[in-house]
Amino acid sequence: MLSKSIFRIDRSILRPLVALLVMALAMSFLSENFATSDNFFNVMRQVSVNLCISVGMTLVILTGGIDLSVGSILALSGAVAAGLIKTGISCEGVNLYVSFTFFGVVVVALLVGAFLGWFNGLMVTRFKVPPFIATLGMLTIARGMTMLYTNGHPITGLGAQFEYLGTGWFCGVPMPVLVAAVVVVVFALFMRKSPWGRYIYAIGGNERASRLSGISVNRIKLFVYTMAGLLSAVAALIVTARLDSAQPNAGSGYELDSIAAVVIGGTSLNGGKGSIWGTVIGALIIGVLNNGLVLLNVSPFWQQVIKGLVILLAVIMDRMSAKEQA
Amino acid sequence: MKPTLDTVLLEARQITKRWPGVVALDGVDFRVYAGKVNALVGENGAGKSTLMNILSGVYADYEGEVLLAGQPIRFRTTAEAQRVGVTMVHQELNLIPQLNVAENIFLGREPLNLLGMIDYDRMHREAQQHLQRVGFTHDSHTTLCDLKVGEQQLVEIAKALSLQARILIFDEPTSSLSEQETQTLFRLIDELKKDGVGLVYITHKMDELSRLADYVTVLRDGHLIGEHRVHDTTTDEIVRLMVGRERKDLFVKNDHPKGEVALEVRSLSLEKRLQNRTLKLDDISFEVRRGEVLGIYGLMGAGRTEVVETLFGLHGAEARGVLRIGEREFLPQSPREAMDAGIALIPEDRKHDGLVLGMDIARNTTLASLVKVLRWGSIDRKREEAEAERYRDELAIKSHSVYQLTGELSGGNQQKVVLAKMLRTEPQILLLDEPTRGIDINAKNEIYKLIDRLAAEGRAVVVISSEMPEIMALSDRILTLSAGRLTGCFNRTEFTEEALLKASLPTV
Repeated sequence: MLSKSIFRIDRSILRPLVALLVMALAMSFLSENFATSDNFFNVMRQVSVNLCISVGMTLVILTGGIDLSVGSILALSGAVAAGLIKTGISCEGVNLYVSFTFFGVVVVALLVGAFLGWFNGLMVTRFKVPPFIATLGMLTIARGMTMLYTNGHPITGLGAQFEYLGTGWFCGVPMPVLVAAVVVVVFALFMRKSPWGRYIYAIGGNERASRLSGISVNRIKLFVYTMAGLLSAVAALIVTARLDSAQPNAGSGYELDSIAAVVIGGTSLNGGKGSIWGTVIGALIIGVLNNGLVLLNVSPFWQQVIKGLVILLAVIMDRMSAKEQA
Repeated sequence: MKPTLDTVLLEARQITKRWPGVVALDGVDFRVYAGKVNALVGENGAGKSTLMNILSGVYADYEGEVLLAGQPIRFRTTAEAQRVGVTMVHQELNLIPQLNVAENIFLGREPLNLLGMIDYDRMHREAQQHLQRVGFTHDSHTTLCDLKVGEQQLVEIAKALSLQARILIFDEPTSSLSEQETQTLFRLIDELKKDGVGLVYITHKMDELSRLADYVTVLRDGHLIGEHRVHDTTTDEIVRLMVGRERKDLFVKNDHPKGEVALEVRSLSLEKRLQNRTLKLDDISFEVRRGEVLGIYGLMGAGRTEVVETLFGLHGAEARGVLRIGEREFLPQSPREAMDAGIALIPEDRKHDGLVLGMDIARNTTLASLVKVLRWGSIDRKREEAEAERYRDELAIKSHSVYQLTGELSGGNQQKVVLAKMLRTEPQILLLDEPTRGIDINAKNEIYKLIDRLAAEGRAVVVISSEMPEIMALSDRILTLSAGRLTGCFNRTEFTEEALLKASLPTV
């Protein structure tokens, strides 16, 4: 019964699912390198980063908000992780040095991401800053802090454990894919089965009615922004580990791929409608598209144009089906 | 109607306006006379605003005809009506808060200079002249949102003057004006009468009739009851005409024993400024017993909704006063706190405040009491479905399943889902704000019976309604409100429509 309800496919994600299958099928005819196991895992590894971020983004968008700061939060959490594992914390005056274990680093990086997300949530709930502006501010703040922390230089050479997280395999599955899969299943469960998941949908559907039903709207909103930050930090660990390096400009533009994945997956930007599974398919569509266009030797400039058109097409189709129903 | 000697400027003949499922106006005639005030009176929902919205071009879709100086005319927009001199001063202000006074007055018809740019000097000069006539004392550069509501109303009137209106319609203009502003407005109306302007004046204040009006036209339930010369009639007569409908007994109330006091409200006060109006309650005290249905009656803007919203914790920060439930004395600061104390609110606007329309019946039913269908911290969908089914049967919610979206249901069934949601919180005190607005007669009757049953089971029920027969049929006692104050308390034996209406009419 559990598995049935978690993997139950909504009618709303049928359309993106069909689009994904058609695209994958077309690619495998157009390029002989597409349907190989190497390329499959390659795509999956690439998708896993965007997917972690997009799960958090789905939560935020379901409440009717938006988070533009995910890329910058990724950069700062990644830089902090890399910095701590390489040099720890040292205070020259008091002759104090703290070194971190791998797990210590993971926890701190996640806390950094969660805190920045929480700060976004605080701006939105306590100070009534529109989500677009609040997270736009954080986009700049976190990027600037990354530059301050790294002096604008990458931090490289992070050791074997980190390398395993990025490039290792576990039971025949690449680690990044495993991490993303765990994130997806946990949050899909959360959204479907927990009261808070239900409240997230309710708030996006009708905030006033939710409030009048005794739901603590601000607490839930604070939670979704915190989760978006936390999941950006999860993505940061994967990115940093894969490259064995924290880049100061890591994650720039990731918010756009993430929003695209959520929207293509059928989640309404007005909130209240959508699903984690839709976002999974959306992220896969973007991943297949990125990968396929490279394999087909399409120029990077054209790739951007095509990606933009796909996003527009997805939203137009969504709008048209909404009108049919009305 | 008797023929009169006064010149008719504008005449409406046999106007009928239908909304889906409702006839708002049914074959109504109305006239505007040059240099005279025709006051339009009637209860909430009588069709006054609808009629004036037709005459001023807000609604273009109606049956019947409008004659301007004897010529048939049909306004498609308010701008069209204004061009030929018909202007309405709305009760809810149609001004832009971020612009200044002069910019608001000339919005969309700014005086231009030779370069096609706005001639601000001329604009402010002309604005100032009109503002002077209405007794507006601030500078025309003042930003609108810095003004009090009454002052904004004056700007709205100045704007109407600037349009050189030959026919001017006022919709309850004095409801937000101070005594002094009201007197200035009255003098202005006298002047306009001398200039031969035709005036329509919608009001609930009976004493304004004798001061201002030459004619009074009474509407009731979308029908024209009659047009009278003010000299030939009395206030009592008009009140009788406003309410004098035949009794249709839909529902016979059962008498149940009353228990102890379930809720005592002491000195409830509220002052909350919103963008274009102020919510205000002034020292309201009352009590409700178990098994009792307490009605609250009042005209639009009397503060009825504010009372129940405050009891439900929606104005925690701005409200003062104390609720006593059992031994506990407190003032709820949030809906959650109110619900935990056993209070439930069925809000007036079920689409905006009651339901998540994109969610199904089951999810809406459990939304306010989700903890009760949890197992190991996760939602037990089987139990949720069973619960929703139980309420669907009990309240006879018509739908093809509990998984139908609430947005697809009829008004009556939507209201039942809201009721189901709040009943699941097992409240001891139910606050129902206009529980039958916009729903069909059968669903109404079902809700009346439900209210009766809830009281019989020992709950305390507070019902707000604008429909007098409804509130009189349902209630054991009725409180009347006017301008945020308690103005009367009637026991069942004392219920008459005249008495209730009189107690709710504001005094100048």
